[in-house]
Amino acid sequence: MSVLNLAQAINQALMQEMEKDESVIVLGEDVGTDGGVFRVTEGLWKKFGGERVIDTPLAESAICGVSIGLAINGMKPVGEIQFDGFSLPCIDQLYSHAARMRNRTRGRLTVPMVLRIPYSGGTRALEHHSESPETLFVHIPGLKVVVPSTPYNAKGLLISSIRDPDPVIFMEPKRVYHAIKEEVPNESYELQIGKARIIQEGTDVTVITWGAMLKVVREAVEQLSEKYSVEIVDMQTLSPMDEETFIKSVQKTGRAVVVQEAPKTCGVAAEIVSRVNEKILTSLEAPVQRVTGWDTTMPLPKLEEYYLPNPNRIGKAIETVMNF
Amino acid sequence: MSKKVSTSSKMIQILDENGELHGEIPKELNNEQIKKIYETMILTRAFDQTALALQREGRMLTYASTFGQEAQVAAAFALEKDDWFVPSFREHGVFFARGYPISQYMLYWVGDGRGMQIPKDINCTPISVPVSTQILHGVGIAWAMKLQKKKNVVEIFFGDGATSKGDFHEGLNWAGVFKVPCVFICQNNQWAISVPRSKQTASETIAQKANAYGFEGVQVDGNDVFALYKVVKDAIDKARSDKGPTLIEMFTYRLSDHTTADDAKKYRDEKEVEVWKKKDPIDRLKKFLLKKKLLTEDENKKIWEQAQATVDAAVKEEESMSPMKSEDIFTNMYAEIPENLKEQIEEAKRVSP
Repeated sequence: MSVLNLAQAINQALMQEMEKDESVIVLGEDVGTDGGVFRVTEGLWKKFGGERVIDTPLAESAICGVSIGLAINGMKPVGEIQFDGFSLPCIDQLYSHAARMRNRTRGRLTVPMVLRIPYSGGTRALEHHSESPETLFVHIPGLKVVVPSTPYNAKGLLISSIRDPDPVIFMEPKRVYHAIKEEVPNESYELQIGKARIIQEGTDVTVITWGAMLKVVREAVEQLSEKYSVEIVDMQTLSPMDEETFIKSVQKTGRAVVVQEAPKTCGVAAEIVSRVNEKILTSLEAPVQRVTGWDTTMPLPKLEEYYLPNPNRIGKAIETVMNF
Repeated sequence: MSKKVSTSSKMIQILDENGELHGEIPKELNNEQIKKIYETMILTRAFDQTALALQREGRMLTYASTFGQEAQVAAAFALEKDDWFVPSFREHGVFFARGYPISQYMLYWVGDGRGMQIPKDINCTPISVPVSTQILHGVGIAWAMKLQKKKNVVEIFFGDGATSKGDFHEGLNWAGVFKVPCVFICQNNQWAISVPRSKQTASETIAQKANAYGFEGVQVDGNDVFALYKVVKDAIDKARSDKGPTLIEMFTYRLSDHTTADDAKKYRDEKEVEVWKKKDPIDRLKKFLLKKKLLTEDENKKIWEQAQATVDAAVKEEESMSPMKSEDIFTNMYAEIPENLKEQIEEAKRVSP
């Protein structure tokens, strides 16, 4: 075991997968000699050289589209998009090709690639550096969307993503890259994609969240720990979604709050609420509440705290469902 | 340090429209292969004519004709067995030259997903409809080969319209930087639906764009199988010996409408079409073969009959295939069917008639 932050855990996962499988290559803007703008690929270039840790031209569509070709032809590319806001040129390649190549060729060609995207706000970053676009990817059938929240699950989930036979969008909560440390096994391990985890058990209300919001949810729940017994579900994967885990939990508690950083309308939280309604409406003691970013452009840093869900807003939503 | 790249300003031609030679036939092409190229071009045209007829009868989807661009077949003949090609949607002749079963190819154009379940012994990506997006896949496939120290190459096809798009630039730029073993083949057929080549780019030629990416660009008479074979073969040899990519502008003409969904008479002058009809790639090779006594009119007739019989048999085979099962839409979304899809499979069974 070592105590690592999230960036270090991802770095270790990349290091170990590259050692294990020489078809794994890392490519992106400034991932080589610079070690990545968040230091996530630090040391990889030195260890594996420029043929496997590749500084690419500044071209996001190409990072994605060329990765598709590499993956079709026997490589396991792990592409990095430097920031969430720059992932949008990839949508065409993901939607039109990566996600459907297996289906279109009835299994003849497959795209085992990973696209890593640092996302989330709260880092006082410049415009277009604080977005939470997970919904866009979740809405594309054929992709998997994985969102780790702590160093431990970041390492295990990335290793699983690299070994996965289908394209995986791996969204890294940049706000917690260096903010959370925890014990991480030194050896390589996989965590199942498509599986949520229970962070803490409780009986009064279920709070469902993922990625960067887990830390905020924990703070909110901590503040109410004397008052309510709260169960926290960390989704970990948004597509395919582990419905069973949150349905069971909400069935038990009868109350739920879903917390997401992305804008409210048509977000992943809306999907979770729909599934709760479809499956266990009559188990509910109160309408499910959502705590989300607003349906606004992500504000510049001076006002981003006003946009981001915080412990206060989450606490109020918990009170709402408890006092319905 | 600046690097010199050459882009010839003159269009390369070996066989003119009268079937006269203005240079040497590429040494790799013997008479038998020339005949094979000729037969495959005719097969492609027979397929095309049949497809257009079937479309009018409502037995095909919207179809993109390859009428006038059949010389593309020669580009495919320059490939080795394990090489790849990455098509756009107007490369029917390339598919056939690589041995793609015609009945299966037709399945795609009638809207059956099994059409692009590419046979195991053919290395290609499926037809790509979103313009220029496939260029990046070709670069990736070729680059993988370079990283794996393999000696195979990739031909990447796209049209003149594709050169206006971002993925064209990103793909060629990338291939230049990493000296990727691929050959970019732009089928410049002068029209992107209704927009002429002159409104697509202010560049004098498409070939010259290669200059900006640091590699060679060549403009070739795209209705001349000998010249096309030669420039493609040279580019392939170069790519195979790790000397980087080439952009080939195949100067040709779409004699048909863009697809069966438009009428070219609305946007282009019929006189222009008449001029290009005289440059027909099949007629031109026929004239040459007749002159060289490699073909008789009688043999020619038989080649056409054989091609039509092959296509008719393929249509029959395609139309007699059992349909896909409805639930096949759910399979092959992922290696393993996830729970939500399993649930939807059951739901679909329950609610569908």
